[in-house]
Amino acid sequence: MTNTKSSGATRAHNAKVMNRFELTKRLVGQLKHEEAVIGGIGNANFDLWASGQRPQNFYMLGSMGLAIPIAFGVAIAQPDRHVFALEGDGSLLMQLGCLATVGERAPKNLTIVVWDNGIYQITGSQPTANPAADLVAIARGAGIANSAWAADEAEFDRLATAALKGEGPNLIAVRIDDKPAVATTDRDPVQIRERFMRGLEVKSGAA
Amino acid sequence: MASSERRGGDNTNFSSGVSGLPAMTDNQIRATTWHEIILATLKVNNVKLVVYVPDRVFTPLIKALHADKFFTTFAATREEEAIGIITGAWMGGLRGAVLMQTSGFGTIPNALASLVVPCQIPALIFVSERGTLGEFNLGQALVCKTMRPVLNSLAVENVTITRLDELAFTVDRSIKQAVATQAPVTFILSPLLTGGKVFGG
Repeated sequence: MTNTKSSGATRAHNAKVMNRFELTKRLVGQLKHEEAVIGGIGNANFDLWASGQRPQNFYMLGSMGLAIPIAFGVAIAQPDRHVFALEGDGSLLMQLGCLATVGERAPKNLTIVVWDNGIYQITGSQPTANPAADLVAIARGAGIANSAWAADEAEFDRLATAALKGEGPNLIAVRIDDKPAVATTDRDPVQIRERFMRGLEVKSGAA
Repeated sequence: MASSERRGGDNTNFSSGVSGLPAMTDNQIRATTWHEIILATLKVNNVKLVVYVPDRVFTPLIKALHADKFFTTFAATREEEAIGIITGAWMGGLRGAVLMQTSGFGTIPNALASLVVPCQIPALIFVSERGTLGEFNLGQALVCKTMRPVLNSLAVENVTITRLDELAFTVDRSIKQAVATQAPVTFILSPLLTGGKVFGG
């Protein structure tokens, strides 16, 4: 597990290395009000899928880096519903600018969860451009004050509970291991989108 | 500005502010400039979210959008980010449009090909056309040449608008088609319509 930081760069934090699927299950277990969850490309949405196919889940099959913008859009459209984006560190590094936009617009009902293993796991576990980048510090600098590393599972639970109070935007960063996702998502974009919209009680074409 | 004053600040439905017309059709918009017409057409089609990466040509439209409480409008850091935001908004029940210039279009083909098109999102994409009709920047001229081939290869509806008298009809009908067919549409606003951007301008 510890060999995922092949760059040898110094970590900006000392959070425990946890498991994405386990934490995805813990997060989903806290969702009691049909909260929306956007799973980013690759293992983030695979493990979301594996955690149970809630109608309020959207599985992003392409468009690397856009899980947070998509979640932000849902949060704008439905301010009374809490929205989560589950995004990998490599994907977030590709679209860091979105943190600045979220920080400026400050949607209270948006929470970003970053799964940080320092690698592009799905393409062969190459180290990211900067495995040591402190994504929490970057998010704070972008105006997302409620940004924190989860030190362990119990703190992850607490941060998720606090996020659901609707005083966001929030960012929860989690160091994760390099275990692959436990399943893969059915890749039918129209079905995924339709089911998600029904889950949000939106009729496509009538919006 | 005269036409917007006549609308009396009505921010619910453009048509209701114009002699009780049931809906906007063809040339029934009284706005006189291209940007007033686009704003009014967005409004009558209930497009409330507009996310943009600025362009000088769009300046009057962006100012007017910010001044009108009907709209939620803000800048994104990158065009594909804007595409992601309006995609999420659509799925959440809110219609959205994006504004960008030609070079910005060059950053979004993956978002179109891997998100908007396969998920059947009626993204409304307005591009102010650079790179033609007096372009002074070679970089703009070349990226412009990639735009229509990309759109056509993805079978994304795209219309180039050159005439003010066709603008309201084109945008209004194309938005309705996008929503009804769950497909994106790109409006390429020619310098013939907007005046474009000229050297030193």
